[in-house]
Amino acid sequence: MIPGPFSYRRATSIEEAIALLQQYGGDAKVLSGGQSLIPMMKFRLAEPAVIVDINRVPGLDTIEERNGLLSIGGLVRETTLERSPLIRQRYPIIADTAEVIADPLVRNLATVGGNLAHGDPANDHPATMLALRAEVVARGPSGERVISIDDFFVDTFTTALAPDEILTEIRVPAPPPRSGGAYMKFERKVGDYAVAAAAAFLALDEARKIVRAGIGLTNVSYKPLRAEAAENALLGQAPSDELFRAAAELAAQAADPTSDLRGPAEYKRAVARTMTFRALQKALSRAQAA
Amino acid sequence: MERVPIQLTVNGQSYQVEVEPRMLLVHCIRDVLNLTGTHIGCDTTSCGACTVLWNGRPVKSCTVFAVQADGGEILTVEGLERDGQLHPVQEGFWEEHGLQCGFCTPGMMMTAVALLQENADPSEEEIRKAISGNLCRCTGYVNIVKAIQYAARKMRETVPAAVGIAGGE
Repeated sequence: MIPGPFSYRRATSIEEAIALLQQYGGDAKVLSGGQSLIPMMKFRLAEPAVIVDINRVPGLDTIEERNGLLSIGGLVRETTLERSPLIRQRYPIIADTAEVIADPLVRNLATVGGNLAHGDPANDHPATMLALRAEVVARGPSGERVISIDDFFVDTFTTALAPDEILTEIRVPAPPPRSGGAYMKFERKVGDYAVAAAAAFLALDEARKIVRAGIGLTNVSYKPLRAEAAENALLGQAPSDELFRAAAELAAQAADPTSDLRGPAEYKRAVARTMTFRALQKALSRAQAA
Repeated sequence: MERVPIQLTVNGQSYQVEVEPRMLLVHCIRDVLNLTGTHIGCDTTSCGACTVLWNGRPVKSCTVFAVQADGGEILTVEGLERDGQLHPVQEGFWEEHGLQCGFCTPGMMMTAVALLQENADPSEEEIRKAISGNLCRCTGYVNIVKAIQYAARKMRETVPAAVGIAGGE
């Protein structure tokens, strides 16, 4: 399959990329890893008149911790993320997520920024970033703005990014003491999107009560979902399987999946419940080991 | 129609070509450079038959525009053999019968080459993970894993320079 014709513009700086987006507006699409965009262009689900290739824009591919924040550049490849010692040691939930995205060949090109900016509720990083209460940094003609992850996902394939903005960075709060997170994905086969998946993040106080809880769900709604009632049910409580089962039930109730080839809605809701329970268990074991 | 001049180094040889921006890397390799060892399987980023090394990393060449690779180094299955000598990965697929119909084989071998460049002694699990983006409908993967293990042994026993390949990082 051959995509429709387009004009190709290669940006060599972020300013140039933004200027190109300003010039072409809604007719342009940013090309990052291209592992979702190019397949969509082949199916003519996307027919941009102009492609702005940002792959050679320097400075967008770093992973570092500073001022109590983890900063992930928008162009960081999934392979780089899953192999990063900093990510594996300090943010294993992000490594969990990166290594179940598509397959190793796709992950050599696919980027974290693209995974979020695509706005696909089936993508994996959104749930994890919801659980971690991340922020997204967008650069546009008037400079930089920071968007809370809760405000970022607007609708299916629609984010808070303006047509002339580029996602340059994801910021994640550094893990507090006694905290841990995990991502659990159920897929029919390697490389598929999730039937349902759950990200969970927990922090405990000195008395071992839960002081922070984050739960995000993948592919069970029209957009990535925060299971807020489930989070609230955990706060102030001592962790236990019974508590986690109750929270997982609340998460399943928040899920609103549609029946398709990956299964009927009720089945997906049950998978969301199980994935939430297992993610909470694993998050707890990591928090206890931290 | 917009055409863009690009330069690609494929299997150590430099090519200057003009391509439409929408031309996929795999079509450029097969139809413009006439290197048909790289196969097109699903064309939907699923099967990995079109796997080539781009600047040393295995990627699905049906999901890269040729213009993106401008200035880059590409290694295809044709670049594995040296002076009539099969690459150890090719030899492994021969010796262990790592194929039946052979359609997935070029992509499978390119992924294996990249794996062995990074990890000289992969476990069976590491091999299976590495090739999880390359689908084979014939073999059940058992002999493919054996073929890659054969190549790993052979490469560990050989002077590294003798199995060095063009197009790597």
